[in-house]
Amino acid sequence: MNRVIRKRKALTVRPLKSSQTVGAVLAIQGMANAMPLLHGSQGCSAFTKVFFVRHFREPIAMQTTAMDQTSTIMGADDNLVEALATLSAKSGASLIGVIATGLAATQGCDLPRVLHRFRQEYPQWADRTIIPIMAPDFVGSQESGFALAVLAMVEHLVTPRPWTAIPTPRINVLASSALTPGDLEALQELLAAFGLQPAFLPDLSDSLDGHLAEGDYRPTTTGGTPLSFFAQVHQACATLVIGRSLFPAAEALQRRCPMPVLRFEHLMGLDATDTLVTELCRLSGVPAPAQVVRWRRQMLDAMLDTHFYLGQQRVAIAGEPDLVVGLHQLCAEMGVNTVAAVVPDCASTNHGLDLTVGDLDDLETLAVREKATLLVGNSHLAETAQRLHLPLLCAGMPIFDRLGDFRRTRIGYRGGRDTLFEMANQLLASHAHGVAPYRSRLRPVNASLESVHHEQHMAKAAHPSWPGSASHG
Amino acid sequence: MQNSEVARLLDEPACQHNTPEKVTCAKLKPGATAGGCSFDGAQITLFPISDVAHIVHGPIGCAGSSWDGRGSLSSGPELHRLGLTTDLSEQEIIMGRGEKKLLFAIKTAVERWRPAAVFVYQTCVTALIGDDLEAVCRTAQTAFGLPVILVDAAGFYGTKNLGNRIAGETLVQQVVGTREPDPVLPRPEMRIHAVNLVGEFNIAGEFWQIAPLLDELGIRVLCTLAGDARFHEVQTMHRAEVTMLVCSKALVNVARQLEEKYAIPWFEGSFYGMRDTSEALRRMAQLTGDPDLQQRTEALVAREEALLEQKLAPWRTLLQGKRALLYTGGVKSWSVVSALQDLGMTVVATGVKKSTQQDRERIVELMGEETVFIEEGNPRLMLDLFRQQRADVFIAGGRNMFTALKARLPFLDINQEREQAYAGYAGLPELARQLDITLNSPIWERVRRPVSWMTPA
Repeated sequence: MNRVIRKRKALTVRPLKSSQTVGAVLAIQGMANAMPLLHGSQGCSAFTKVFFVRHFREPIAMQTTAMDQTSTIMGADDNLVEALATLSAKSGASLIGVIATGLAATQGCDLPRVLHRFRQEYPQWADRTIIPIMAPDFVGSQESGFALAVLAMVEHLVTPRPWTAIPTPRINVLASSALTPGDLEALQELLAAFGLQPAFLPDLSDSLDGHLAEGDYRPTTTGGTPLSFFAQVHQACATLVIGRSLFPAAEALQRRCPMPVLRFEHLMGLDATDTLVTELCRLSGVPAPAQVVRWRRQMLDAMLDTHFYLGQQRVAIAGEPDLVVGLHQLCAEMGVNTVAAVVPDCASTNHGLDLTVGDLDDLETLAVREKATLLVGNSHLAETAQRLHLPLLCAGMPIFDRLGDFRRTRIGYRGGRDTLFEMANQLLASHAHGVAPYRSRLRPVNASLESVHHEQHMAKAAHPSWPGSASHG
Repeated sequence: MQNSEVARLLDEPACQHNTPEKVTCAKLKPGATAGGCSFDGAQITLFPISDVAHIVHGPIGCAGSSWDGRGSLSSGPELHRLGLTTDLSEQEIIMGRGEKKLLFAIKTAVERWRPAAVFVYQTCVTALIGDDLEAVCRTAQTAFGLPVILVDAAGFYGTKNLGNRIAGETLVQQVVGTREPDPVLPRPEMRIHAVNLVGEFNIAGEFWQIAPLLDELGIRVLCTLAGDARFHEVQTMHRAEVTMLVCSKALVNVARQLEEKYAIPWFEGSFYGMRDTSEALRRMAQLTGDPDLQQRTEALVAREEALLEQKLAPWRTLLQGKRALLYTGGVKSWSVVSALQDLGMTVVATGVKKSTQQDRERIVELMGEETVFIEEGNPRLMLDLFRQQRADVFIAGGRNMFTALKARLPFLDINQEREQAYAGYAGLPELARQLDITLNSPIWERVRRPVSWMTPA
């Protein structure tokens, strides 16, 4: 265990990977009054937009520099400057995340230089914060793109400051793209139970949790983290980081502001949540509040109730590494064996399980070979699940064939509790058969005495050649 | 693809808004552009050919977030739903290993699925670094013994519309005319006529609502472009007697070239709404020049219209006089208008961003002189217009859905990602039902009213 397996194959079939560009866009969606600007051809943003609209069922703020044939070959700096000027003037965005796609990166675009030029040519838009993010699609995947954007925001928005331990309820939270808006909401509630006030950097639970805001249309993001939260990171008592993909961003933050950092690879399952709660008790100086105790008791009870159904099950998981590692842990704690774990890309090793870098076709092959009994992954796995007659627990992105799953909570005590129930229910529903009815040939059915319904039922099981069963036709 | 080649494709003689100043077709404005790229247009047009292995050659951005995203259904093979891509990495791009990888990718696809053909899609990055895809396709075709066709529509070439055109052009130049149609059993009672339906995408199975009518009339659809199509059908398009251009100005180059090369007359029609469906069937019959078919068509139209009138009556009472704001592309701007009018509704404004001069004339003909044209898909302007025109329902593509819903307005999705089939006589009651679901939902009053315990911010 613990390896990262990379197969050499020329053709990707049913991709699991969505690009770094997509991930960077997602991070900007969690910022208030923000606009991601994709530096590339217009398709780069159109595809990304449709991807998120289908998943979140929300309008998605996004623009493009619309590189065409001439600007692709002769240089697209003018496109970028023009787009920034247009957005500054028209959208009212206070934060613009400029995301270089694979096309711009291949072309050799120098983002900082073009931004410098924009600053010189348009001094009137000096109040617009612009974050350059190189997130080409030929490296990494969605998770790493999200992390790159968070790192870029930390680097551009956090000014080096000394940090002193003062009693304050504020806590910085860096949460990887594995956490859904519902996960963030649950985490916020857990922290609040300890009297802590989280500053999510960025906060998808405030923008893409699926809420109906006042007013009708705005071109920029609806909700999200205010820019000022980045400037105020030194006012927090600590920084909580969830997901290995964000550890570099947390380190960058710590370099600028040397404060305690609580590192979690994920918050799924009892162990991780217990560790977090222990840390929160220490940090806040209060014992775990009654409601947290209650949540834990509920999870324990769910573990008892579901272990009959989950024990010895064989799960095949497809998703981004942070998500897969968390789900694996949740499963492992219940005695569910992870028999296949496929990730779109993986930069680090030692995840506590074997990760296969591949696509959904690889997952299907592995699931068959390893006799998986349960699948976990995005909506594209629905057909695999159908083909293999296996239940599918929806996690990751995109989820487009069921409503509300984009915000499903799987972290913490309550998320764990509900996920265990969901998994067990799916297994129950799919394994409804049990023992096939058998009627001994030495116990012939007396047709005149049995009810019609019962007769029909037993007719299936009765031996066809035995006298007495013939009358059932 | 050469710049001159792109210019030639944009200069479409059969396209009415092809005036000199429009030849460069609307330069894109950075920071204020919506819509897909040429690659997007090409894949939308060709992917529905479901027995072809469609391989997207490029890094993951092009296929990774878009695969299997359209509602174009197949009654047989589903190779178009596999999201095949070479998923190029940084190393492969820098070291120029893309061509070799592509060749192996084609080999994998051919051996695994035995497709009727392989289509290879150019993308921005591979076009920029100059992968010689023509050479790879030629090599693969010789080596594996099946057609391997390059679709050279990299995203940066231009708009989605251009991509549609490139796709059509590729088929006409390289596929059409390479095979004869298989014979079908003659019917003693009628002559069988062969037609093409260009621009029919079988969204949500719509085409399957039309096909039985055509069967009844003895009209053989040689090929649809490209809903539920097969490669061998595309090969035989040159043998059709009539081409119907279904709701897609972007593929007018296909219809025009089929006429020029093979003398196949074409007309533009729509299967949305009762009047338009009838009209399309009549035009088809008329162009075959078979009086018997024309007669039988009239009989079928009369029967279907009478049946439909009965079915629509209860819906009309629910929808009569309701006002719709329509924002959709091209031909649909008028074809859907007609369908809505069939339901007794009034269309107060319609989008014309992708419509031609001819489309506009038809709109005026249908809706009258005071028709409001929406030139630009700006959500702010559309919402303001909605209120100004006292509209009741917003009808547009999926990407505008949340503009409407967030403004607490009833909405109907009319574009290619939808799940309901609206075409033909059978589609109209479904359209009515969906309109009724949203228009007359009890939620609107509740989501709009202020709540007493909340003080305004």
